[in-house]
Amino acid sequence: MSNIAIRVEHLSKKYRLGRRQSNSKYRTLSESLLKWASTPWRRLSSKDHRPPENIVWALKDVSFEVQHGEVLGIIGRNGAGKSTLLKILSRITEPTEGSVDLYGRVGSLLEVGTGFHPELTGRENIYLNGAILGMKRAEIERKFDEMVDFAEVERFIDTPVKHYSSGMYLRLAFAVAAHLEPDILLVDEVLAVGDAQFQKKCLGKMGQVAQQGQTVLFVSHNMAAISSMCKTIIVLEGGKLKLKGPTAQSIDDYQSTLNAPDDESNPPLQHGVAIFRGPTIASDHRVGTSIQSGDPFSACIDLIVGKEFVGYDLFCILMDSIGNIIVHAHTDNRNFHNTLAPGVLRVKVTFPPLWLKPGIYSLHFKLIGATLDGEKIRLLSDHIPLSIGGEAAGEALLGVLTPPIHWAINSADPGH
Amino acid sequence: MAIETTSAFKQEKVHIHIEPTHGWVALRLYELWEYRELLYFLTWRDLKVRYKQTVFGVAWAIIQPLFTMIVFSLFFGKLAKVPSDGLPYPIFSYAALLPWNLFASSLGQSSNSLVNSANLIKKIYFPRLVIPLSSVLSGVIDFAIAFAVLLGMMVYYDIRPTPAIWLLPFFVLLTLIAALGVGVWLSALNVEFRDVRYVIPFLTQFWLFATPVAYPSSLLTGWWRILYGVNPMAGVVEGFRWALLGTQPPSAMIGVSALISLAILASGVLYFRRMEKSFADLV
Repeated sequence: MSNIAIRVEHLSKKYRLGRRQSNSKYRTLSESLLKWASTPWRRLSSKDHRPPENIVWALKDVSFEVQHGEVLGIIGRNGAGKSTLLKILSRITEPTEGSVDLYGRVGSLLEVGTGFHPELTGRENIYLNGAILGMKRAEIERKFDEMVDFAEVERFIDTPVKHYSSGMYLRLAFAVAAHLEPDILLVDEVLAVGDAQFQKKCLGKMGQVAQQGQTVLFVSHNMAAISSMCKTIIVLEGGKLKLKGPTAQSIDDYQSTLNAPDDESNPPLQHGVAIFRGPTIASDHRVGTSIQSGDPFSACIDLIVGKEFVGYDLFCILMDSIGNIIVHAHTDNRNFHNTLAPGVLRVKVTFPPLWLKPGIYSLHFKLIGATLDGEKIRLLSDHIPLSIGGEAAGEALLGVLTPPIHWAINSADPGH
Repeated sequence: MAIETTSAFKQEKVHIHIEPTHGWVALRLYELWEYRELLYFLTWRDLKVRYKQTVFGVAWAIIQPLFTMIVFSLFFGKLAKVPSDGLPYPIFSYAALLPWNLFASSLGQSSNSLVNSANLIKKIYFPRLVIPLSSVLSGVIDFAIAFAVLLGMMVYYDIRPTPAIWLLPFFVLLTLIAALGVGVWLSALNVEFRDVRYVIPFLTQFWLFATPVAYPSSLLTGWWRILYGVNPMAGVVEGFRWALLGTQPPSAMIGVSALISLAILASGVLYFRRMEKSFADLV
């Protein structure tokens, strides 16, 4: 038998965004009956007379294979189909076309703490959550102490989790999930929660899992986590498989597509008000996302405004690989009475040398404001990775910054 | 989704094949067996949470049928002088309220179960039938507790159970089948049509009056009584009274009730399986 763990063939998923009269998300029985009763001729004729529906292809003709033991990262913008792909692979929803073959026990982690109940104690929730994730009772019993150790909640194990701090809650939830040992593990952004300490622990555990020879599919916005864990990634764009290849190269390609957007691939105006194009990063008059630790650099973004709006605030946010905010710069409320007229604006943020520790960071923009009708706008740009190079820093190096420190050690003894 | 699990070498080679399905799909009931531990834990969670959240806890299981019995005895028994097959009215109505409450609470719980478990359904795969099934099963404990009171009443009124008491588990099972059947239908409908939840209290109330809880089915005779079995709970309730208190046997009526219950359950499970694939997208 070949060594294939996952084979995805021509996978497509269609969602219908039905046009309904009411604003409710759900259909009601009375509405359906009324419609059924009021259109007798329509039922008699063919299905072609149905009102046109909005159809969205969340995934379109996606094919790829994953070998046993491979750790595959999946990246793409919001709405590119990453989560839909994982939902199909974990059998939560059905594909519209195509097929998937999975060879091995599958465990999916689309969320930590699925099924946790606040009234139940830590101990009870471990059993419940373990069963929900597909563990056998004997398996949970065997790993119970290990999970409690990992979560560091020994003292509170018989306390209802509603009394836990959010950190304890997350640690416990992740502890159960981390001890799931399927052949194929599907993970979606579970690391996007919790404090930095906890995220580090999770990343470490995930790395361990990857080394144990499990097949892992890992969806994330976190380029740093992706590049440290995955050798191969696939990039999804608009529901289609854009590329599959070695991580470093593919991330570069992905970034270049972000950096050079053509008009056709732009998402539609959000709320019909504004969209971002970019961002891009430049240093020394050279566009690129890789800079040296002591370089000044700038981040540019185009803001395409479709409809006039007022009172905006623009943010430029730089985060480290585990999501800690390093810089949270904004234009302040000095623009609160300004209007933003339709057109294209180029925004440039210039940073002095930040002397950040070498590593992969991520940068994005955010816009908040309101239209003249009072509709609130909150717009996020894509995250682009910023890779900071410099003197090869040891992994044990602590701290956030590596400024060029000058040491002066002289004798303070007045006798000499 | 057509899923075949080939366990060739002691669960070493698991193969899952995922494909779009169309129309009516296989029931795959064996999958429920594979997920029996999840069923157990979800039932256990329902029970635990229910008893932790209420002030009276376990006492609720007794309070509800007991007070209904008192009200019924007062209004129907004393004032309206409804016949009670020659039995003291309190025990006559209480013996019927037991299976009725099991049915009504299981029905209510399971109908809303899918919508209430939306977060599970959207995040993890398991046979969705586990959810309404666990809500029905969690009603059994309440039933068992309330049953103890009935035994006490039988001692008080000095009523000896009939030899037919060994059929009692069968009647309990029939109650569960009926509740699960209706619950499976309503829970699946509730995912798509959100006003179904408003129908449930009305349906339960209506059904209570259509069931011989406050009055005996012996008011009807011959074919009419057999036809009455179309209401599955009519057969069950009369079966309970017969097995425990020695009233007139429900004869052919119970057969009609059993057939109807099974038909509701079978059609419900078929419909549920057909709709199952869209639950995660709709719920």
